[in-house]
Amino acid sequence: MNYTTEVRDFIISFFLFGDAAALQDDTSFLSSGIVDSTGVMELIMHLEQEFDIKVEPEEMIPDNLDSVNKVAQFIAGKTTDACHPLIRAVPMEA
Amino acid sequence: MTNRPFGPDVLELDCAHEADRIGAVIRDKILRRFKKKGLVLGFSGGVDSSVVGALAVRALGKERVFGLLMPEHDSSLETLPLSQLIVEHLGIQTEHEDISAILEATRCYRRRDDAIRTVIPEYGPDWKSKIVLPGVLDGDQYRLFSVVAQSPAGEIIETRLTFEAYLGIVAATNFKQRTRKMLEYYHADRLNYAVAGTPNLLEYDQGFFVKLGDGAADIKPIAHLYKTQVYAMARYLELPETICSRPPTTDTYSLPQSQEEFYFSLPYDKMDLVLYGKNKGYTAAEIAAGMGLKTEQIERVLRDIEAKRRVAQYLHSPPVLLEDPPSTEEKALLQCAG
Repeated sequence: MNYTTEVRDFIISFFLFGDAAALQDDTSFLSSGIVDSTGVMELIMHLEQEFDIKVEPEEMIPDNLDSVNKVAQFIAGKTTDACHPLIRAVPMEA
Repeated sequence: MTNRPFGPDVLELDCAHEADRIGAVIRDKILRRFKKKGLVLGFSGGVDSSVVGALAVRALGKERVFGLLMPEHDSSLETLPLSQLIVEHLGIQTEHEDISAILEATRCYRRRDDAIRTVIPEYGPDWKSKIVLPGVLDGDQYRLFSVVAQSPAGEIIETRLTFEAYLGIVAATNFKQRTRKMLEYYHADRLNYAVAGTPNLLEYDQGFFVKLGDGAADIKPIAHLYKTQVYAMARYLELPETICSRPPTTDTYSLPQSQEEFYFSLPYDKMDLVLYGKNKGYTAAEIAAGMGLKTEQIERVLRDIEAKRRVAQYLHSPPVLLEDPPSTEEKALLQCAG
C-alpha cells in the first residue's frame, strides 16, 4: 500500500497550515525547517496513533522520517512486517 | 578555515583583560545608560552566577550588588549552602527567598505530576523524577525525551514521553525560572537596580533558558564566554574551589540531572569545542581530529547545534511589531529591552 498521500496531507495540514508550495515528496523536513526537533516528536506520535505502529528508538532516523517519501516507505515496511500488532492479531490456525 | 590547529587550547582566555572589559561595560550600561544604582542577581551555587556576581562586585563594588538565594522543594541539598558560600565570599547583601510556597500556589508541582501521570499512572507526589535525552554521538537517531521516575521504594521507571506530556512537564517546571525572575525584578525595582542574567555562550546560543524566566535580564555579562572560559574566569577571580570545580546541573528536577542529560547531550567541554569550531569555520574533520572523535560524530553534533539554534530563534525573538516605533529614541530603548 502507498501511504504517500496520507503522509503528505498530514504534513501539509499539521506543519504547513495548508500551504503546500514548499513541499515536494523528497523535501527534507529538518533541512527545510518544516519540522523542528519537537515536531519530530509530534510526527512520530501521529504515525504511531494513525497507523497503529510502534516506532522503536533505532528506527527514529532521518532515513525513515525526514521526507514524505521516506515516511511513506517506512510505514509501508512497518505495516507489512510480520511483527506488526495488527498482523500478529490474525489467528495463525486459519 | 585553519587559522590555528584545532584543540582544547583554542578556548584559552586572557581573563584579566576580559574581566576589565566586562567591568567597563557593566559600569557604562548600568550606571550611565540605565541610570540604575546597582545589580540584582540570583545565585544558584553554580559557576555562572558566581562569576557574574564576582564580576559585578569587581565593577560596581560589593555595596551595589544584591544577591538572591531562591531554592525550592526540588533543589539539590547543595544549592543553598553553596549559594551562601559564594555570597559570603563576595560580601554582598542578600535575601533568602524560598520559592516553594509560590510554586505550590501556582500548582507548579501538581501540574508537572499530572503530566507525568499521563505516561506513568502510578506516579505520586512523593516520587522523584527528571526528563532525559539520549546521547548524540553514537547514532543518527532523533532524540526524544523520556521521563525517569523513582518511587519512594527506590524503583526506577523510564518511559518515552508523549508530546503532550513533554510540553506539560516543561511548561510546569518553567514556573520555577519565571518565579525567580519575578522576585529579581521586585528587588531591582525597590532598590532602583537593574537585573543581571547569568547565561554563558553555550546556553545563550543553544536556547538553554526559559523565555521571560532566566532568559530575561538587563545585562548578560558572560553570554559571550564559553562554559570552559567561565570556569577559567572563576579561577582567575579566586572563587571558592567547590564553586570552581562544581559540574553544571539543571537543579530543576527532583532527581539529579546533568545538563547534557537534559539538553546538550555532550559534556560542556566538548560542546564548547564543537560550537567554537563551528563559529570559527573549522570543518567537521578538523574539529574531530582536535578532539579525538570521529568526523561523523562531530557532524551529528553540528546538526544538533543547528537544530537547537532554529528552536532558539523564538526564544531570542522580541515581540513582533507591525510597524517600527516612530522615534529613533524609542527604537533605541526597545533594542535595549530586546
